[in-house]
Amino acid sequence: MLRRVVAVSLVIASGVAAAADLTVSAAASLTNAFQQIGTAFEAANPGTKVQFNFAASGPLLQQIARGAPVDVFASADQETMNQADQQKLVKPATRANFVSNSLVVVVPADRPATKSLDDLARPAVRQVAIGVPAIVPAGRYTKAALEKAGLWPRIEAKMIGAQTVRHVLDYVARAEVDAGFVYSTDAALMPDKVKIAFTVPTEQPVLYPIAVVAASSNAAAERFVAYVASPPAQAVLARYGFGKP
Amino acid sequence: MASASLDAAWIALGLSLKVALWATALDLVLGVAAGFALARLRFPGRELVDSILLLPMVLPPTVLGYYLLVAVGRRGWLGGWLEGTLGIRLVFTWQGAVLAAAIVAFPFVCKSARAAFEGVDVQLEQAAHVLGLGKVAVFFRVTLPLAWRGILAGLLLAFARAFGEFGATLMVAGSIPGKTQTLSIAVYEAVQAGQDDLANLLVVLTSATCVAVLLLAGRIAPMRIPGRS
Repeated sequence: MLRRVVAVSLVIASGVAAAADLTVSAAASLTNAFQQIGTAFEAANPGTKVQFNFAASGPLLQQIARGAPVDVFASADQETMNQADQQKLVKPATRANFVSNSLVVVVPADRPATKSLDDLARPAVRQVAIGVPAIVPAGRYTKAALEKAGLWPRIEAKMIGAQTVRHVLDYVARAEVDAGFVYSTDAALMPDKVKIAFTVPTEQPVLYPIAVVAASSNAAAERFVAYVASPPAQAVLARYGFGKP
Repeated sequence: MASASLDAAWIALGLSLKVALWATALDLVLGVAAGFALARLRFPGRELVDSILLLPMVLPPTVLGYYLLVAVGRRGWLGGWLEGTLGIRLVFTWQGAVLAAAIVAFPFVCKSARAAFEGVDVQLEQAAHVLGLGKVAVFFRVTLPLAWRGILAGLLLAFARAFGEFGATLMVAGSIPGKTQTLSIAVYEAVQAGQDDLANLLVVLTSATCVAVLLLAGRIAPMRIPGRS
């Protein structure tokens, strides 16, 4: 317990000490693309430092709700951003969808690929990694898709819950599970370790919204949101496999 | 919601106790053996071995978790062998959680056991030997009973550490409700998901259990907990 209190105090203290920095809380699946965009944004805006806080969208929302010093929030689904909106945590006028993605099933590269959701329900597939639906948007899309296919109870029985979509990717890459649900952009990061078995049709399109946090007084926040929609940033996102919103 | 989260909390508590008890039992055997060896055997590099055995106490649990994941994962050297020859899987199982907890709690038993054995008067052992007891009998009938209170204090600390283990466990065993989701991991997940009702219930349960353990520890070994005189 003490360890966690110390850790939390350190995070809060560093946030206060570096109040001039722009803090961006972004969905885990944006990690690589946003780091590159952050560097480019700093180059285009001398004197501004961007610090990122990557996690599943759910915990990012909880942190903001509890007063974490965040300026910009980018989530991997509309649901999480809607909750932020309802709790008046973001400025509604700044909200915009900036990329799309697709949900895929990945398997370890050296395994035969499963062909359909029905295959995942068979006994040959023993463990399936899925982001915890209450926390991870990718898990929420997965649950909705499996419920629609009538397979959720059978696959939930062999589900290994992960804290972010990147944990799912890691579990599959290490072959600790037989399959996992990630975004196509995640799968593209480890072509030698995982392969895409098939794309999962989702009920809702996977659209990423971004918005300025209501409590933020950092002028760079709106500039960052605008920058993410600009051609140079969109080019970076496209290079990592994200689609147009 | 209320009864469902109550059930979930009790299951997590039961699992935490099960994992901590198994881990402590494992540490009892290994820690006492290692502590005895360090106290009594003279060999080159003894202090280096002592430092290495102490590492789990100072290393971040995530580092231990990563070492473990690499070693006992399906593609790890040990994990591959375990699964291939014995059919044992540790990642994402409660046994994996026991292994993680046993490793982080090991130094508490080993260190206490070494100090306790070093405190045993060798002359008493020699006397027992002269009176006709064999080496094994001397250990179990003289040395161990004399060192027992010190070892017990170490065991209680090890149990407490294993009960609260979080980082290495999450990395190796994951967070599977009813299988590997211990109290500390259930709290983490409840907070992540914004389920404050469940989180409140879990932290109260955890705190109450810890107080009970400490009270029990005070009864069993009142004098030997380090930091209390």
